[in-house]
Amino acid sequence: MLRWIRQQLGFDPPHQSDTRTVYVANRFPEHGHYIPQRFADNRIISSKYTIWNFVPKNLFEQFRRIANFYFLVIFLVQLMIDTPTSPVTSGLPLFFVITVTAIKQGYEDWLRHKADNEVNGAPVFVVRSGSLVQTRSKNIRVGDIVRVAKDETFPADLALLSSDRGDGTCHITTASLDGETNLKTHYSVAETTVCQSVSQLESLQAVVECQQPEADLYRFVGRITVTQHGEEIVRPLGPENLLLRGARLKNTKEIFGVAVYTGMESKMALNYKCKSQKRSAVEKSMNTFLIIYLGILLFEAILSTILKYAWQAEDKWDEPFYNQKTEQERNSSPILKFISDFLAFLVLYNFIIPISLYVTVEMQKFLGSFFIGWDLDLYHEESDQKAQVNTSDLNEELGQVEYVFTDKTGTLTENEMHFRECSINGTKYREVNGKLVPEGMTDDSPDGSTPHLLGEELLFLKAVSLCHTVQISYDQPDCPVGGGDPFSHANGFSSNHMEYYASSPDEKALVEATKRIGVAFTRSSGDTMEIKTFGKSEKYKLLHVLEFDSDRRRMSVILQTPSGGQVLFTKGAESAILPFTTSGEIEKTRLHVDEFALKGLRTLVVACRHFSPEEYIDVDRHLNAARTALQQREERLQEAFSYIERDLHLLGATGVEDKLQDKVQETIEALRLAGIKVWVLTGDKHETAVSVSLSCGHFHRTMNILELLQQRSDNECAEQLRRLARRIKEDHVIQHGLVVDGASLSLALREHEKLFMEVCKNCSAVLCCRMAPLQKAKVVRLFKTSPEKPITLAIGDGANDVSMIQEAHVGIGIMGKEGRQAVRNSDYAIARFKFLAKLLLVHGHFYYIRIATLVQYFFYKNVCFITPQFLYQFFCLFSQQTLYDSVYLTLYNICFTSLPILVYSLFEQLVHPHVLQNKPGLYRDISKNSLLSFRTFLYWTLLGFCHAFIFFFGSYILMGEDTTLMGNGQILRANRQLMFGNWTFGTLVFTVMVITVTLKLALETHFWTWMNHFVTWGSIAFYFIFSLFYGGIIWPFLHTQDMYFVFVHLLSSGSAWFAIIIIVITCLFPDVVKKIFYRHLQPTGTQKSQSLSAPQAQALSCVESLCCYQHGQSGCSRLASLLEQMTGQCQASTNHCHASSRSNRSWSDTENSYSNDRSILTLSPIEATHC
Amino acid sequence: MVKEEQELANRPDNTAFTQQRLPAWQPMLSAGIVIPGFVLIGLAFIGIGVALFVTSRSIQVLEFDYTGVDQNSPCFKCSDPKVLNCVCNLNFSIDSLFKGTVFFYYGLSNYYQNFRKYGVSKDDVQLSGDLTNFKTPSDTCSPYAYDSNNQPIVPCGSIANSMFNDAFKLYQIINGTNTLVPFDGKGIAWWTDYNIKYRNPSITPLKNAFNNTVKPIFWSKPAYELDTSDPANNGFINQNFLVWMRRAALPNFRKLYGRINEGDYAQGLPAGNYSLEIAYNYPVLSFDGRKKVVFSNVSWMGGKNEFLGIAYLVIGSMCVFMSIVMLIVYAKFKFPEEDGVPGH
Repeated sequence: MLRWIRQQLGFDPPHQSDTRTVYVANRFPEHGHYIPQRFADNRIISSKYTIWNFVPKNLFEQFRRIANFYFLVIFLVQLMIDTPTSPVTSGLPLFFVITVTAIKQGYEDWLRHKADNEVNGAPVFVVRSGSLVQTRSKNIRVGDIVRVAKDETFPADLALLSSDRGDGTCHITTASLDGETNLKTHYSVAETTVCQSVSQLESLQAVVECQQPEADLYRFVGRITVTQHGEEIVRPLGPENLLLRGARLKNTKEIFGVAVYTGMESKMALNYKCKSQKRSAVEKSMNTFLIIYLGILLFEAILSTILKYAWQAEDKWDEPFYNQKTEQERNSSPILKFISDFLAFLVLYNFIIPISLYVTVEMQKFLGSFFIGWDLDLYHEESDQKAQVNTSDLNEELGQVEYVFTDKTGTLTENEMHFRECSINGTKYREVNGKLVPEGMTDDSPDGSTPHLLGEELLFLKAVSLCHTVQISYDQPDCPVGGGDPFSHANGFSSNHMEYYASSPDEKALVEATKRIGVAFTRSSGDTMEIKTFGKSEKYKLLHVLEFDSDRRRMSVILQTPSGGQVLFTKGAESAILPFTTSGEIEKTRLHVDEFALKGLRTLVVACRHFSPEEYIDVDRHLNAARTALQQREERLQEAFSYIERDLHLLGATGVEDKLQDKVQETIEALRLAGIKVWVLTGDKHETAVSVSLSCGHFHRTMNILELLQQRSDNECAEQLRRLARRIKEDHVIQHGLVVDGASLSLALREHEKLFMEVCKNCSAVLCCRMAPLQKAKVVRLFKTSPEKPITLAIGDGANDVSMIQEAHVGIGIMGKEGRQAVRNSDYAIARFKFLAKLLLVHGHFYYIRIATLVQYFFYKNVCFITPQFLYQFFCLFSQQTLYDSVYLTLYNICFTSLPILVYSLFEQLVHPHVLQNKPGLYRDISKNSLLSFRTFLYWTLLGFCHAFIFFFGSYILMGEDTTLMGNGQILRANRQLMFGNWTFGTLVFTVMVITVTLKLALETHFWTWMNHFVTWGSIAFYFIFSLFYGGIIWPFLHTQDMYFVFVHLLSSGSAWFAIIIIVITCLFPDVVKKIFYRHLQPTGTQKSQSLSAPQAQALSCVESLCCYQHGQSGCSRLASLLEQMTGQCQASTNHCHASSRSNRSWSDTENSYSNDRSILTLSPIEATHC
Repeated sequence: MVKEEQELANRPDNTAFTQQRLPAWQPMLSAGIVIPGFVLIGLAFIGIGVALFVTSRSIQVLEFDYTGVDQNSPCFKCSDPKVLNCVCNLNFSIDSLFKGTVFFYYGLSNYYQNFRKYGVSKDDVQLSGDLTNFKTPSDTCSPYAYDSNNQPIVPCGSIANSMFNDAFKLYQIINGTNTLVPFDGKGIAWWTDYNIKYRNPSITPLKNAFNNTVKPIFWSKPAYELDTSDPANNGFINQNFLVWMRRAALPNFRKLYGRINEGDYAQGLPAGNYSLEIAYNYPVLSFDGRKKVVFSNVSWMGGKNEFLGIAYLVIGSMCVFMSIVMLIVYAKFKFPEEDGVPGH
């Protein structure tokens, strides 16, 4: 028990030994030498609290917050010593704040529990006591034999025991783990392969010994000891025997495996970075401001204490005859008195730290985040998915993003490849309804007629359908294809009970295309490949495969044709093949390839070479020699390949569209205009990545692409980096794009971080390929921790993106086809990449402005609140007399001024959403946390102080000697004059303050919904009604009745009304003047855009869309006229307003760069026809 | 249709609220609105300011310091705290009629009624006539809760204890004879204080309620003898007591002592010579305090307060001035918005 506690608390390492011993089916040996090991159960826990620890843990978490702790201390001080206000004044708000936060966090944790339960409660089949038992995923123990059926995911890390296949293999896809969509074959040990049924498994006696859990997906070391007929057979186990949790069984009916790592110890779970609380930049600056205010508070308290003693040095002030001290007071020690005085001042001024700031911010975030889920523009109709908010803490961070790190597969692309066009022997073809149609011809051949293909066309199609490494899987008849399984079309093409699986989705698309056209690849077994050409079967013998590698950037097959000749088909990047071609329509094809690429298609060039028998013998010899070489095999193979792949006859080229998601290009462009740098991080091959990058507009054709690839040593890498840096410096006119691969990246990061960062910062687009999941996170961390501390956003859809998503300031999951891990671990989840634009540009902008104003306003209103109290001390001998009544002190932040700012922070729209979305440049207005800069903070604080001085001294002067403002009490009885007294004075200041502070927010509000009206005027009305009510009753439970009828008496004086009006106006007047002058003389982009109403915004969106740039001159002139409309015709007018002409110039600048950016975009035909 | 809806179960509602498209008024502080607004407000304020200023100027105020610091002062002889039961006379003359009801105040300066410990030193329950608190006054009253014989003090606390105890009588000197100008000492406190908040115990005679209690240490007579002539002005509901119990906000303050609105003086104080007889009891020199008396009449807006009118005038003219400045800037530089988009 004690050990268990120690383990739970983390004192003891949970595992003592280096290996774990797993008894298959938990059949422990009967002999005594067995020591039970403790393993984690199979629950995945992402929640923070349980029902039992919620209250203590949550309280602990909350009081770790500096502000909450501070209020707790104040509360305790009030309990302990004699202070001017009762403990209730700070206890009640604290209780309120803690409760609201706890409710919010409890709700969010409940959601996490629900998600966890869903995963943990998923049904699984386990072999227990000789039969197959259905149980829940969380009940799987280490050692259990688990049955997994086709297309199910593995519920734990399993060592494969057997499959329904005779050879004990199975195919899996690890798409949700590392993003690779191809099939991987995993093997079982020969001794267990035979155990294909439950009864056979029952008799299996085996022990698996393996290493303790570790995060590396590709490492597994273990051995299995099978006891057969009293004889122990030991077999090694490697990663090829391990089925990882989260991977999916494909193409195999069922498998049995023994669970070796479960729950949080599975490799998938270990790959999740532990959840750290993400904090937004706003929260950080908020904390800074809090500390500054703490400084102000301490300063005021110390100053007051010192002044108190300076003032009271003389006895006549310290103890005048009318105010004598008690014996106890006289006798207490001076140091103690000093301390308790200091604490009393601290308590008196403590409200300057806005207690309800946190709770209002929390509420704003929590309630405000609903708007993301509610947004129809973020709703994807095809998949019926709306945006999802997992953490509302980061809403405003969406408005601060400087770097976007995006995954490629499934995030930018649909993860679906489609064959579009090809070029055969210098003629372009398109695929239309399963037929190849030459360019310029319409598809007019009647249906059903077999098309006549020319010899070249047929050869080309055959080449395409044979030159690949695609595997075929035949569907089991009992397993209907695609029956409600959304994943079937992700990886396999299903028809005629046949699915193609390929490591390269391009190959799959090509093979599928040739099949549609009539040349179907139907079978590959051993070394024969079979194709059906319009129903006619042809068998080819596969002689050699010259595998793809990224240096050669091509692959080839050598086949023996049915007629007996040997032919080489080769396929690859045009730069890798065209130089070696000697015949065929080389120039035309090159043109076509360029055209394809311009359209954003992924291009491959296909060529062939017919061997004479002598040639083939030579080739065969070369290849075999290279393959069997013991030394320098790699180099010799390369030599052999290049010896073979020459004198090629060019057949043609293909254009495959990796279907980009809708509007990816526009989204990336918008992000770029918003000043956000976009990085693509992908596990994909370099070529694929670059071509997608190009087609999605991440890289432009005009960009100078720098490469940092295949770096093998530190020095080499540094040298290359320096070279790149030089190149960037040399021509800084052109935009640069950088391509890095994973291996080079890890080298670059190890030693040359600074150099690498410098290169990256100067590149407008960076593409990282061949990235391991944790490497993605590393890149994100590198940027996060760089000196500028930019705000990063990571977006991805697969489990391989999870670590990156968790590392970035904001993590966004795409609800794609690769499972829900990314979504579960993200802060926000959206259905499509294109929604990112609205999420950042509109929602992010709104949230940021809302919260920034909220924070500033809170500090402002608390300065207004407490400063008069501080000033009052100068007039009451620093006796800590409160200016306001306790109830007012308590309710000021909770009731009187809380709702308007909350409603403001929920609904404010400084600019129309359409304008925000269509003018991404506005995003720059708020970048770098500009609204919470020290300058603005200073402005608000000083404003607060100024207002407080006006409140206090305005009232002070108007009050005079307590008679000048005295009403003549006409409401109550004619001709009577009433004394004011201190409470009336305080109430006057308070009334003025509540009105001013509320109206100040009203001045800031730009978007007045009925709710704003309701709460703004309602708050003031509530204050009056409450005060009348509060002052109208003798409260039986209150100790003093100081406020009785004070408010009525105040209002019954006519001159008090005049005083209130003049003080309020005096406070707000300079603010209005300042606003007017700033708006007119130095408007920000945001302010300018405010003048655009919604219809104008839509007009603008038309102007800024692509079509307007196609009309050349007329488009330009339209743009120019619009520009003039927006910025005013300053130049036209005779008097040059300096400020506005400057702003006009800056405007034109942005517009120019805008059109530049647009003009160099590669337009796809679809988009062009859109206009 | 139904099926379609089921399929799109997650579709967010298309309402103005969820889509953040609530109809909203979007005001913009542009010069076009603000300039006329400023002119209007400015003119209104100037108007109010003039009215307030004129009204305030018409208020007459007569103020005399009678602390007796100065040797020539009639009350100099009384300023020595050793002199007991000292009476001094303050003579003055009024040139013209002091119109309307004349209010008579006493004023103290450098007197911190707003001292926190002083302010809490009272027992509201006791003052509302609760007899249990006659026996056991609240702790807040200390050091004036019990006297040295441990007898409870009623009314307890510093505020009550330090009640202002100078008494004034005003005489008009007509042909050498002194005619008493009566002060109306009623209706000078808050109606709610007098009728609700402060109550005498419902025991008659009132004196019996104060059995086993002692009067505040500084008081010369117990609370039930504050005004023996009028039971409605005696005990805790003595109006001068009530006025004193309402603490002043600032260290220099005036408190109402009485009104002159009876008999011959209902229309005001006629011109002539007056003598104010002061029973000088309250020591203020120990804390550099000053005592004064003030005669003042009031207007519809209360007492004399020139600052309010001036403030209105200043802010009003600033509004007008700023609007002119803005107009000049506007005319000169043509603000972008006004000649911008709306033309098209």
